[in-house]
Amino acid sequence: MDAEAATLLGKYIGAGLACTAMGGAGVGVGHVVGNYLAGALRNPSAAGGQTATMFLGIAFAEALGIFGFLIALLLMFAV
Amino acid sequence: MAAGPDGEVIIDPMSQFAIKPLFGGELGTFTITNSTLWMGLTVLAVVLLLLLGTRGRNVVPTRMQSVAEVLYGFIRQMCVDVLGEKGVKFFPYIFTLFMFILFSNLLGMWPYKSFTTTSHVAVTGVLALGVFLTVVILGVAKNGLSFFGMFWVTSAPLALRPALAIIEIISFFVRPLSHSIRLAGNMMAGHAVLKVFAGLAAMIVAGGLLPLAILPIGAMVALTALELLVAVVQAYIFAILTCIYLNDAVNPHH
Repeated sequence: MDAEAATLLGKYIGAGLACTAMGGAGVGVGHVVGNYLAGALRNPSAAGGQTATMFLGIAFAEALGIFGFLIALLLMFAV
Repeated sequence: MAAGPDGEVIIDPMSQFAIKPLFGGELGTFTITNSTLWMGLTVLAVVLLLLLGTRGRNVVPTRMQSVAEVLYGFIRQMCVDVLGEKGVKFFPYIFTLFMFILFSNLLGMWPYKSFTTTSHVAVTGVLALGVFLTVVILGVAKNGLSFFGMFWVTSAPLALRPALAIIEIISFFVRPLSHSIRLAGNMMAGHAVLKVFAGLAAMIVAGGLLPLAILPIGAMVALTALELLVAVVQAYIFAILTCIYLNDAVNPHH
């Protein structure tokens, strides 16, 4: 295998590995929404005021997955 | 989507994000590109909705007026909730950001030849840097150098404070990055996934298995619904994060 093919191989393997970050983001988002729902079912009157907090939690958890996706894109198209 | 040299279908999900000059010529600083065009359309749509919506000022709102009123009232309420009553003076800024991002996201869902301006980090990066600079300049102007006291967490034990200060400083300066990449990444990923499924459908049709094409097309319908939701939620998240970042400057030591 010449150097160019090895670089390409490494790029694609790296991009695939970087996408495992999205799995972590999925776990995080599921955790946030699941706990929100559990709390909301226990105390439905307080649920409405915390929707914004839930979306914030989703945004922060999701951002880390998006970083991984960004690394994958950089590997595929920029490096 | 593109056809290869032998006429076979190639999945090319990233070509939709290419910046192209509208009237030919080289790409320069002031070239009119498809990005410029869609930004202009976004601003036009926002202005039309808000101007036409508020023209009648009916007691019983028309459909357009109630859309404009709901958006206005929703963002205003969010400003008051996060920033308090004195934060209402930032409402025009936050409403402008929200409307621009919302309409740019939604216009990008137009199925034919559309371009999502917010899928480019260059666009969202400028928006996020504007927010970041506003927070820093406003915070220093209102609170002096004690604004940077927010890195020194006085509620923590003394031994922990230097370590916390490093973490706080890093998380403060990474804000414009995560703020912009969250929006651009979401938009780019969603549109790329749609194009990948469209490419699958085209491949199946080219392979002569026409009935099977219903699977990727059905998936695309579901994903389009999801993308519409994501478009609205991301605009909302950008706006509420702007509010929360501004809160550091407006109401320090909270």
